[in-house]
Amino acid sequence: MGLSNVLKLHFDIPANDFVSAGEASSSVKKTLSQLGIAPQVIKKSAIAMYEAEINAVIHANGGTADIEIDQDKVIIKIQDEGPGIPDLDLAMQEGFSTAPDTVRQMGFGAGMGLPNMKRYADELKINTEVGRGTTVIIRVNFA
Amino acid sequence: MKVKELSDIIDGRVLTGEVGLETDVTGMYACDLLSWVMSHVNKGNAWITVHTHLNVAAVALLTEASCVIIPESISVEEATIKKAVQEGIVIISTKLSAYEICCRACKAGI
Ligand SMILES: Nc1ncnc2c1ncn2[C@@H]1O[C@H](COP(=O)(O)OP(=O)(O)O)[C@@H](O)[C@H]1O
Ligand SMILES: [Mg+2]
Repeated sequence: MGLSNVLKLHFDIPANDFVSAGEASSSVKKTLSQLGIAPQVIKKSAIAMYEAEINAVIHANGGTADIEIDQDKVIIKIQDEGPGIPDLDLAMQEGFSTAPDTVRQMGFGAGMGLPNMKRYADELKINTEVGRGTTVIIRVNFA
Repeated sequence: MKVKELSDIIDGRVLTGEVGLETDVTGMYACDLLSWVMSHVNKGNAWITVHTHLNVAAVALLTEASCVIIPESISVEEATIKKAVQEGIVIISTKLSAYEICCRACKAGI
Protein backbone atom coordinates (compact mmCIF):
# COMPACT_ATOMS: atom_id res chain seq x y z
CA MET A 1 0.00 0.00 0.00
CA GLY A 2 1.28 3.47 -0.82
CA LEU A 3 1.43 6.05 1.93
CA SER A 4 -1.85 7.76 1.20
CA ASN A 5 -3.75 4.65 0.19
CA VAL A 6 -6.81 3.49 2.01
CA LEU A 7 -8.18 0.03 1.30
CA LYS A 8 -11.96 -0.09 1.60
CA LEU A 9 -14.09 -3.21 1.91
CA HIS A 10 -17.84 -3.54 2.07
CA PHE A 11 -19.98 -6.49 3.17
CA ASP A 12 -23.66 -7.10 3.59
CA ILE A 13 -24.55 -8.94 6.78
CA PRO A 14 -27.68 -10.96 6.05
CA ALA A 15 -30.53 -11.08 8.57
CA ASN A 16 -30.86 -14.08 10.89
CA ASP A 17 -28.33 -15.95 8.83
CA PHE A 18 -26.11 -17.94 11.15
CA VAL A 19 -24.85 -19.81 8.15
CA SER A 20 -22.82 -16.94 6.81
CA ALA A 21 -22.42 -15.04 10.09
CA GLY A 22 -18.73 -14.49 10.56
CA GLU A 23 -17.95 -14.46 6.87
CA ALA A 24 -17.26 -10.72 6.75
CA SER A 25 -14.94 -11.04 9.76
CA SER A 26 -13.16 -14.03 8.23
CA SER A 27 -12.69 -12.15 5.00
CA VAL A 28 -11.25 -9.07 6.74
CA LYS A 29 -8.97 -11.32 8.72
CA LYS A 30 -7.63 -12.84 5.49
CA THR A 31 -7.04 -9.39 4.01
CA LEU A 32 -5.13 -8.24 7.09
CA SER A 33 -3.01 -11.39 6.98
CA GLN A 34 -2.21 -10.81 3.32
CA LEU A 35 -1.13 -7.27 4.18
CA GLY A 36 1.32 -8.69 6.71
CA ILE A 37 -0.31 -7.08 9.74
CA ALA A 38 0.92 -8.43 13.11
CA PRO A 39 -0.99 -11.54 14.35
CA GLN A 40 -1.91 -9.91 17.67
CA VAL A 41 -3.49 -6.96 15.87
CA ILE A 42 -5.36 -9.28 13.52
CA LYS A 43 -6.67 -11.23 16.48
CA LYS A 44 -8.00 -8.09 18.18
CA SER A 45 -9.66 -6.92 14.97
CA ALA A 46 -11.18 -10.32 14.25
CA ILE A 47 -12.65 -10.78 17.73
CA ALA A 48 -14.13 -7.28 17.89
CA MET A 49 -15.54 -7.45 14.38
CA TYR A 50 -16.98 -10.94 14.82
CA GLU A 51 -18.89 -9.84 17.93
CA ALA A 52 -20.27 -6.77 16.15
CA GLU A 53 -21.20 -8.84 13.12
CA ILE A 54 -22.95 -11.48 15.22
CA ASN A 55 -24.85 -8.76 17.11
CA ALA A 56 -26.14 -7.35 13.82
CA VAL A 57 -27.35 -10.85 12.89
CA ILE A 58 -28.85 -11.77 16.27
CA HIS A 59 -30.27 -8.48 17.45
CA ALA A 60 -30.84 -6.29 14.41
CA ASN A 61 -31.90 -8.23 11.29
CA GLY A 62 -28.50 -7.89 9.72
CA GLY A 63 -26.76 -4.82 8.39
CA THR A 64 -23.59 -3.77 6.66
CA ALA A 65 -19.89 -3.75 7.38
CA ASP A 66 -17.53 -1.10 6.00
CA ILE A 67 -13.83 -1.50 6.57
CA GLU A 68 -11.06 1.01 6.00
CA ILE A 69 -7.47 -0.08 6.25
CA ASP A 70 -4.63 2.40 5.99
CA GLN A 71 -0.98 2.52 6.97
CA ASP A 72 -1.53 2.48 10.71
CA LYS A 73 -5.01 1.27 11.55
CA VAL A 74 -8.16 -0.58 10.59
CA ILE A 75 -11.56 1.00 11.12
CA ILE A 76 -14.52 -1.36 11.17
CA LYS A 77 -17.99 0.12 10.94
CA ILE A 78 -20.95 -2.18 11.47
CA GLN A 79 -24.26 -0.53 10.81
CA ASP A 80 -27.80 -1.82 11.25
CA GLU A 81 -31.35 -0.53 11.16
CA GLY A 82 -32.49 -2.75 14.00
CA PRO A 83 -34.29 -1.87 17.24
CA GLY A 84 -31.41 0.08 18.80
CA ILE A 85 -30.14 -0.32 22.38
CA PRO A 86 -32.32 1.38 25.02
CA ASP A 87 -29.71 1.36 27.81
CA LEU A 88 -26.19 1.20 26.47
CA ASP A 89 -24.49 1.23 29.89
CA LEU A 90 -26.53 -1.82 30.87
CA ALA A 91 -25.83 -3.53 27.54
CA MET A 92 -22.08 -2.98 28.02
CA GLN A 93 -22.11 -5.00 31.24
CA GLU A 94 -20.65 -8.48 31.05
CA GLY A 95 -23.43 -11.08 31.11
CA PHE A 96 -26.26 -8.78 30.05
CA SER A 97 -28.12 -10.26 27.12
CA THR A 98 -31.58 -10.15 25.61
CA ALA A 99 -30.80 -12.99 23.21
CA PRO A 100 -33.59 -15.59 22.89
CA ASP A 101 -33.08 -19.20 24.03
CA THR A 102 -32.81 -20.50 20.47
CA VAL A 103 -29.80 -18.27 19.94
CA ARG A 104 -28.25 -19.18 23.28
CA GLN A 105 -28.51 -22.85 22.47
CA MET A 106 -26.20 -22.16 19.55
CA GLY A 107 -23.58 -20.74 21.88
CA PHE A 108 -24.27 -17.06 21.27
CA GLY A 109 -25.87 -14.64 23.71
CA ALA A 110 -23.37 -14.88 26.57
CA GLY A 111 -23.56 -11.14 27.03
CA MET A 112 -19.87 -10.80 26.28
CA GLY A 113 -20.00 -9.29 22.82
CA LEU A 114 -19.93 -5.61 23.72
CA PRO A 115 -17.42 -6.13 26.58
CA ASN A 116 -15.19 -8.07 24.17
CA MET A 117 -15.38 -5.24 21.63
CA LYS A 118 -14.43 -2.77 24.33
CA ARG A 119 -11.53 -4.95 25.44
CA TYR A 120 -10.04 -5.62 22.03
CA ALA A 121 -10.70 -2.34 20.19
CA ASP A 122 -8.28 0.53 20.69
CA GLU A 123 -11.32 2.74 20.32
CA LEU A 124 -14.99 1.76 20.34
CA LYS A 125 -17.79 4.14 19.37
CA ILE A 126 -21.42 3.11 19.53
CA ASN A 127 -24.20 5.28 18.19
CA THR A 128 -27.61 3.81 18.84
CA GLU A 129 -31.13 5.07 18.70
CA VAL A 130 -34.21 3.09 19.67
CA GLY A 131 -36.33 2.33 16.63
CA ARG A 132 -33.62 3.49 14.21
CA GLY A 133 -30.61 1.27 14.61
CA THR A 134 -27.06 0.97 15.82
CA THR A 135 -23.67 1.84 14.42
CA VAL A 136 -20.58 0.34 15.98
CA ILE A 137 -17.19 1.74 15.02
CA ILE A 138 -14.12 -0.23 16.04
CA ARG A 139 -10.62 1.13 15.57
CA VAL A 140 -7.59 -1.10 15.96
CA ASN A 141 -4.13 0.46 15.64
CA PHE A 142 -1.33 -1.45 13.96
CA ALA A 143 1.32 -0.17 16.34
CA MET B 1 2.05 -33.07 18.52
CA LYS B 2 0.30 -33.06 15.15
CA VAL B 3 -3.47 -33.06 14.70
CA LYS B 4 -3.31 -36.56 13.22
CA GLU B 5 -1.60 -37.97 16.34
CA LEU B 6 -4.07 -36.25 18.64
CA SER B 7 -6.92 -37.72 16.64
CA ASP B 8 -5.47 -41.22 17.08
CA ILE B 9 -4.94 -40.72 20.81
CA ILE B 10 -8.61 -39.83 21.37
CA ASP B 11 -9.92 -42.60 19.08
CA GLY B 12 -11.02 -39.85 16.73
CA ARG B 13 -12.47 -40.02 13.28
CA VAL B 14 -11.44 -37.15 11.00
CA LEU B 15 -14.53 -35.91 9.14
CA THR B 16 -12.77 -33.46 6.88
CA GLY B 17 -10.30 -35.48 4.81
CA GLU B 18 -6.57 -35.02 4.62
CA VAL B 19 -6.22 -31.25 4.97
CA GLY B 20 -4.61 -29.81 8.12
CA LEU B 21 -3.60 -33.08 9.76
CA GLU B 22 0.05 -32.03 9.98
CA THR B 23 -0.70 -28.82 11.91
CA ASP B 24 0.89 -28.58 15.36
CA VAL B 25 -1.46 -28.71 18.34
CA THR B 26 -0.42 -25.99 20.79
CA GLY B 27 -2.95 -26.77 23.54
CA MET B 28 -6.57 -27.68 24.21
CA TYR B 29 -9.60 -25.56 24.92
CA ALA B 30 -13.05 -26.84 25.88
CA CYS B 31 -15.98 -24.40 25.86
CA ASP B 32 -19.35 -23.87 24.18
CA LEU B 33 -19.85 -20.14 24.68
CA LEU B 34 -18.68 -18.72 21.41
CA SER B 35 -17.74 -15.27 22.75
CA TRP B 36 -15.59 -16.95 25.35
CA VAL B 37 -14.04 -19.24 22.77
CA MET B 38 -13.33 -16.31 20.44
CA SER B 39 -11.27 -14.51 23.03
CA HIS B 40 -9.58 -17.48 24.73
CA VAL B 41 -8.63 -20.01 22.08
CA ASN B 42 -5.02 -19.52 21.09
CA LYS B 43 -3.61 -20.19 17.67
CA GLY B 44 -3.12 -23.92 17.18
CA ASN B 45 -5.34 -25.02 20.08
CA ALA B 46 -7.62 -28.01 19.63
CA TRP B 47 -11.13 -26.76 20.44
CA ILE B 48 -13.65 -29.15 22.00
CA THR B 49 -17.30 -28.18 21.52
CA VAL B 50 -20.74 -29.78 21.37
CA HIS B 51 -21.85 -27.24 18.75
CA THR B 52 -22.02 -28.59 15.23
CA HIS B 53 -23.63 -25.69 13.36
CA LEU B 54 -21.91 -23.73 10.63
CA ASN B 55 -20.61 -20.97 12.83
CA VAL B 56 -18.23 -23.44 14.44
CA ALA B 57 -16.21 -23.27 11.23
CA ALA B 58 -16.15 -19.46 11.37
CA VAL B 59 -15.00 -19.43 14.99
CA ALA B 60 -12.31 -22.05 14.33
CA LEU B 61 -11.10 -20.05 11.35
CA LEU B 62 -11.02 -16.76 13.26
CA THR B 63 -9.18 -18.23 16.24
CA GLU B 64 -6.86 -20.35 14.06
CA ALA B 65 -7.69 -23.44 16.08
CA SER B 66 -5.72 -26.43 14.79
CA CYS B 67 -8.86 -28.58 14.88
CA VAL B 68 -12.37 -28.87 16.27
CA ILE B 69 -13.18 -31.94 18.34
CA ILE B 70 -16.82 -32.98 18.67
CA PRO B 71 -17.24 -35.27 21.70
CA GLU B 72 -19.63 -38.08 22.56
CA SER B 73 -20.33 -39.08 18.96
CA ILE B 74 -22.57 -36.06 18.37
CA SER B 75 -23.37 -36.04 14.68
CA VAL B 76 -22.09 -33.12 12.66
CA GLU B 77 -24.16 -31.33 10.01
CA GLU B 78 -23.05 -32.07 6.48
CA ALA B 79 -23.04 -28.33 5.72
CA THR B 80 -20.59 -27.71 8.57
CA ILE B 81 -18.25 -30.40 7.29
CA LYS B 82 -18.43 -28.97 3.79
CA LYS B 83 -17.66 -25.47 5.02
CA ALA B 84 -14.79 -26.73 7.18
CA VAL B 85 -13.26 -28.56 4.21
CA GLN B 86 -13.53 -25.37 2.14
CA GLU B 87 -11.76 -23.37 4.83
CA GLY B 88 -9.16 -26.02 5.59
CA ILE B 89 -10.45 -26.70 9.09
CA VAL B 90 -10.16 -30.16 10.62
CA ILE B 91 -13.18 -31.60 12.44
CA ILE B 92 -12.66 -34.74 14.51
CA SER B 93 -15.46 -36.83 15.94
CA THR B 94 -14.92 -39.10 18.95
CA LYS B 95 -17.06 -41.13 21.32
CA LEU B 96 -15.11 -39.78 24.31
CA SER B 97 -16.44 -37.00 26.55
CA ALA B 98 -14.68 -33.64 26.76
CA TYR B 99 -13.18 -34.74 30.08
CA GLU B 100 -11.84 -38.01 28.66
CA ILE B 101 -10.44 -36.20 25.64
CA CYS B 102 -8.53 -33.80 27.92
CA CYS B 103 -7.27 -36.65 30.12
CA ARG B 104 -5.83 -38.50 27.16
CA ALA B 105 -4.34 -35.35 25.65
CA CYS B 106 -2.78 -34.47 28.99
CA LYS B 107 -1.27 -37.93 29.38
CA ALA B 108 0.16 -37.60 25.88
CA GLY B 109 1.93 -34.40 26.90
CA ILE B 110 -0.34 -31.63 25.63
N1 LIG C 1 -26.79 -4.18 17.08
C1 LIG C 1 -27.62 -4.29 18.14
N2 LIG C 1 -28.94 -3.94 18.01
C2 LIG C 1 -29.78 -4.04 19.06
N3 LIG C 1 -29.42 -4.45 20.28
C3 LIG C 1 -28.13 -4.81 20.48
C4 LIG C 1 -27.17 -4.74 19.42
N4 LIG C 1 -25.97 -5.13 19.93
C5 LIG C 1 -26.18 -5.43 21.21
N5 LIG C 1 -27.48 -5.24 21.56
C6 LIG C 1 -28.08 -5.42 22.90
O1 LIG C 1 -27.04 -5.45 23.85
C7 LIG C 1 -27.06 -6.71 24.56
C8 LIG C 1 -25.65 -7.13 24.91
O2 LIG C 1 -24.90 -7.39 23.73
P1 LIG C 1 -23.66 -8.38 23.80
O3 LIG C 1 -22.73 -7.90 24.86
O4 LIG C 1 -23.10 -8.55 22.44
O5 LIG C 1 -24.31 -9.73 24.31
P2 LIG C 1 -25.18 -10.84 23.53
O6 LIG C 1 -25.09 -10.54 22.06
O7 LIG C 1 -24.53 -12.09 23.90
O8 LIG C 1 -26.57 -10.69 24.03
C9 LIG C 1 -27.77 -7.65 23.62
O9 LIG C 1 -28.36 -8.75 24.29
C10 LIG C 1 -28.84 -6.72 23.02
O10 LIG C 1 -29.90 -6.52 23.93
MG1 LIG D 1 -23.31 -10.25 21.15
